[in-house]
Amino acid sequence: MNEQPETVFHSASALGAQVDTLFLALLGITGTAALAVAATVVAFTIRYRAGSKVNRNDPPVRAPWVEVSWTVLPLLIFMGVFAWSSAVFSQFYRAPSNAVRIHVLAKQWMWKLEHANGKREIDELHVPLGVPIELTMTSEDAIHSFYIPAFRVKQDVLPARYTSLWFTATRVGRFNLFCAEFCGTDHSRMHGAVVVMPPAQFAQWLASGPIEPDLVTRGARIYRDYGCSGCHEPKSTVHAPGLIDLYGSVVHLSDGATAVADDNYLRDSILLPKKQVPAGFEPTMPSFQGQLDEDDLAALLAYLRSMPGATR
Amino acid sequence: MSTDESKVLDRPSYLRDGYTLRSWLLTRDHKRIALLYMFSITGFFFLGGAAATIIRIELMTPGADLVDARTYNELFTAHGVIMVWFFLIPSIPATLGNFLIPLMIGAQEVAFPRLNLASWYVYTLGGIFVLITLIAGGVDTGWTFYTPFSTLFSNSNVVLAVVGVFIVGFSSIFTGLNFIVTVHRLRAPGMTWFRLPLFVWANYATSLIVVLATPVLAMTLVLIAFERITHVGIFDPSLGGDPIFFQHLFWFYSHPAVYIMVLPAMGVASEIIPCFARRPVFGYRAMTYAIMAIAVIGFLVWGHHMFVSGQSMYASIVFSLLSFLVAIPSAVKVFNWTATLYKGSIALSSPMLYALGFVGLFTIGGLTGLFLAATAVDVHLTDTYFVVAHFHYIMVGGTVMAYLGGLHFWWPKIVGRMYPETWARIAAVSIFVGFNLTFFPQYILGSLGMPRRYHTYAPQYQLLNDFSSLGAGVMAIGYVLPLAYLLYAMLRGQPAPPNPWNAAGLEWQTSSPPPQQNFDRTTPAVGEPYDYGRSTPAQGQGARTPEGAQS
Repeated sequence: MNEQPETVFHSASALGAQVDTLFLALLGITGTAALAVAATVVAFTIRYRAGSKVNRNDPPVRAPWVEVSWTVLPLLIFMGVFAWSSAVFSQFYRAPSNAVRIHVLAKQWMWKLEHANGKREIDELHVPLGVPIELTMTSEDAIHSFYIPAFRVKQDVLPARYTSLWFTATRVGRFNLFCAEFCGTDHSRMHGAVVVMPPAQFAQWLASGPIEPDLVTRGARIYRDYGCSGCHEPKSTVHAPGLIDLYGSVVHLSDGATAVADDNYLRDSILLPKKQVPAGFEPTMPSFQGQLDEDDLAALLAYLRSMPGATR
Repeated sequence: MSTDESKVLDRPSYLRDGYTLRSWLLTRDHKRIALLYMFSITGFFFLGGAAATIIRIELMTPGADLVDARTYNELFTAHGVIMVWFFLIPSIPATLGNFLIPLMIGAQEVAFPRLNLASWYVYTLGGIFVLITLIAGGVDTGWTFYTPFSTLFSNSNVVLAVVGVFIVGFSSIFTGLNFIVTVHRLRAPGMTWFRLPLFVWANYATSLIVVLATPVLAMTLVLIAFERITHVGIFDPSLGGDPIFFQHLFWFYSHPAVYIMVLPAMGVASEIIPCFARRPVFGYRAMTYAIMAIAVIGFLVWGHHMFVSGQSMYASIVFSLLSFLVAIPSAVKVFNWTATLYKGSIALSSPMLYALGFVGLFTIGGLTGLFLAATAVDVHLTDTYFVVAHFHYIMVGGTVMAYLGGLHFWWPKIVGRMYPETWARIAAVSIFVGFNLTFFPQYILGSLGMPRRYHTYAPQYQLLNDFSSLGAGVMAIGYVLPLAYLLYAMLRGQPAPPNPWNAAGLEWQTSSPPPQQNFDRTTPAVGEPYDYGRSTPAQGQGARTPEGAQS
C-alpha cells in the first residue's frame, strides 16, 4: 500500500490545520509584496525608459514620510505574523495530558517504535484517529529527525537525550514518515509510514500478534533486577531519593539549582548520576551506563512515570 | 590593428606592469591580486557547478541510477563546501572589492598590500586541501559538518576538509582586516563617510562581520578535528559533550556568513542601478543604515536554523523575533532600489539586466525567508527543499547574479576592453530564466515535504525535480556564456574608453585599465556620490557595435 501523496493545504493533523492557515496567510502577504515590487519595477522601467517623453523633473533622493512608512508598515505586519506564529508554535510544546505515549528509537537507518503495551514496530507507526499521541524519542547514533509532512510536525532525534513530539491525526490513511536530518549514507532510505486507523480498528491491531510484556511490567522487573529497589523503596535503610510522585515534580539540587524530573532528568540520573545530585543526598549512586540499553531505559522510564499508581 | 587599439596597448597600465609569472605571483597591486582571486574562484565555481550538475542528473529519477548513496552525499558536500567558502564568500569582496575599493575612495593601494597577497596564498592553500580531500575520496558530512555524525560516524576525510576550510577562513579575515583599515585610513581628501559609494559601505560592513565571525568558525572546526582525533568529549554526548552546542557555534558564524555573501551583492546593485537609471540612488542615508543594521542584527539570528533541534521553545521564539527584524532593512533596500527607477532614464544594458534580476530574485529569496522565520511554519519546512530554494535565491539568485552584473559593469575598467553586449544580454536572460526554473519548483517540493540531501525520493516528487534539472541545464548555458565572451573580450574586445557607461564614481575618472598607481593625477575630484541626474543617457548603447571587435 502506498503512502498518500503530500499536499500543500490539506494536512492530516489538528495542529497542521493551524499551520496551513498561517502558511496561506504568509503566501498571501509575501505574494502581494512580490507582485507589487515586480509590477512597480516593470512599470517604472517602461515609463522611464531612456528616450521616453515623460516628466522627469526633480527626481526625489529622499522622502522621509515615504521611507518611514515603508519601514514601519512591514514591521507591523511582521510583528503580527510573529505573534501568530509563536502562538501556534507554543502548542507544539504542550502535549495534552491524556496523550498516548509511544517510544521511538532512531538508528542508522531505521525507526524502531514501541507502544505502551510492548507491541513493537519497525519503520511503521500505527496510531488511532483523533487521539493525541506523544512520541518520546532518542537516537542510538547520529542526529536524526522525525518528520511527518502530512502532520506538519518535525523534531530532531538526539543521541543520549530525549526529545518529544505530539500530534492528533485527523484523517485515516497511510502517510510518509521521513528522516529529515542528514544522518549518513542511507539517509534518504530512512523512511517509513504512519498508519492512522479508526480507534476500534487500532485497538484490534494493538492487541493482535505476538506481544511482549508491557513497558511498565518490564520496567518494574528491571527496577528489581538491577537493584534500584534496594535503595529507592520507601522502606529501604539506604538514604536515597524516593521515587513516588517524583515524575514531573521540581527537584532541588545540591548546587542550589532546581530541575524538573522529566524524562531527560531521570535518564541522566540513571546513566550520569553525578551530573545532578538532589539536595540532601550523597552522590553514592553508581552509573548504569553500558548496563541498560535504550529499550531497558524506555521500560524503566515508563515504570517511573507510573510510580504513584504502582505503589499506592 | 586600429589606431584605438594600439593606443590602448601602448598606454601604461597595471596589466602592462610586467609580463612575467613572477610579476603576477609576487605582485602587491590590489588590482592584480583581484585578478588572481578572480581566476581562482572561477575555477572553484565551475568545479562546484560540476558537482551540482551530477546531483541534478541523479535527481531526474526517484531511484538511484547515476551514482551510489555515498558518492551522492560526497557530491552535495563538495558542492556546498566549494561554493560557500571557495566561491561565494570571496567572490565579490576579493575580486571586485579588491580591485575597486582603493579606486573608489581615491587611494593608490589597500592598507596592507603584502597581507593582501598573503590572503590569496592562504586561500590557495585552503583550496589545495579541499582538492586533496576530493582526490582522497571526498567527505560526506554536508557542508554543515553536524556532530556527532562528523566526529563519530562519518568514515570520510572530515579532518582534511575541516583543515581546508579552517585555512581559507584566514584569507577572508586578512581581506576583511585590509578593507576595514583601508576605508578608515586611505580615503582621498573630501571623501567623507557619507560620500562613500554604497559598494564601499557594503564591503566595509561585510569586513566587520568577517573579522568578528570567522574566528568562531575556526575554533569550531578545531574542536571537530580535536574530538575526531583525540576522542575527548566536546560534542559527543556519550563522552559528556553536547551536539547542539556544535550547532550554536556553527550557525553563529554561518548565519552571518549569509550576509557576508549578500551584502557585497547589494553594494554592486547599488552602483549599477543608479548608473543605468541615470539618477542618484534613492535614500542614500537609509541605505547605509540598512547595511549596518543587517550586519549587526545578522549576528543575533543564528538560532532560527535550530527550531526543531531541541533548543528551548523560548530561545526559538526570541530568534524568530530577531529574524523578522533583520528582514526590515532588507525590505528597505528593495524599496530604495525600486524608487531609484522613478523618474530615471532607464537603459536595459546587460549590467542593468543582471542588477534588476538580482533585485527580483533577492526579493523572492527574502520574502520566503519570512516563512522560515515563522517558527510554526518552519517546523514543517526546515530541512526540506523549501530551505534549499530559499538560500539559493539569496546566494545564487542574489550574490551570483550581482557578481556577474558587477563583472560586466566593471569589465571595461578591469581589462580595458568591451564585451559583446548581445551575448551578455542573452546570458543574463538565460541565467534568470534557468535559475527560476531550477529553484522555484524546489519551493513547492519543500512545501510538499521533500527533505533535502535525499539521494532517492518518493515518486510523487519526480515531475518537479525534472523541471528543476531542466532549469539547471538552461542556467548552466547561461554561466558558460560569460566565461567564453568575457575571456574573448579580455583578449580581443574593442578598446574601452575610461568611462564607457558615463558613470559617476572615482574609478571611472582614471583610464581603462587603470595605471599601476591607480590615478595619473595625484588626487581625483571627489564629489557627492551618485552624481547623476543631468539626464545624459548611458553611453555604450549605440556608441559601439554590440558584437565586439571588428579588427
